[in-house]
Amino acid sequence: MERGVHDRGGPPTDAPIDRSEHTLDDWEVLTDALAGALARRGLMSVDELRRGIESMPRGEYVRASYYERWLFSMETILTEKGVLVAGELDRRAAG
Amino acid sequence: MTYRVGEPVTVVARAHGEHHRTPSYIKGKTGRIERVHAAFRNPETRAYGDDGLPEMPLYLVSFARSDLWPDARAGGGHRVCVDVFEHWLEGAK
Repeated sequence: MERGVHDRGGPPTDAPIDRSEHTLDDWEVLTDALAGALARRGLMSVDELRRGIESMPRGEYVRASYYERWLFSMETILTEKGVLVAGELDRRAAG
Repeated sequence: MTYRVGEPVTVVARAHGEHHRTPSYIKGKTGRIERVHAAFRNPETRAYGDDGLPEMPLYLVSFARSDLWPDARAGGGHRVCVDVFEHWLEGAK
């Protein structure tokens, strides 16, 4: 059975679990707040957020950090809904 | 709510390319109902912008660690608990 890139539970490993905490950067805190705001406005559910994360190309998913995946998904979902135009964020970021 | 606490259930082993919350490592495995949570909106349709209705019953299902990973060395007596929606369960044969 083909597993989704996110469906990672279970394979036995001898690798140690990294339990170290790290301080969140400002952009990570803002990303979390943005997801909450989008949900409260009815623009994106948590299940849509998860689905957008799972749709990431495998290589990008593996390389991305936790909140980078959220950002990828929010751009995907909002572009689907026409809230964003494809490429809009890249153009704005390029200033 | 079709199943009761203590009842054996088997997780359906179907492939499902779209969003779902049933991890591969329990598909086809038999466990038992530990808790009947409640009914919740279905994430499988909600993930595509639907309202997720009708609500689907959700259970806490436990599995013997040795049933999931027979070759693992540690944790022989442990049970693994997973939340599973009713439409992924069938009565154990």
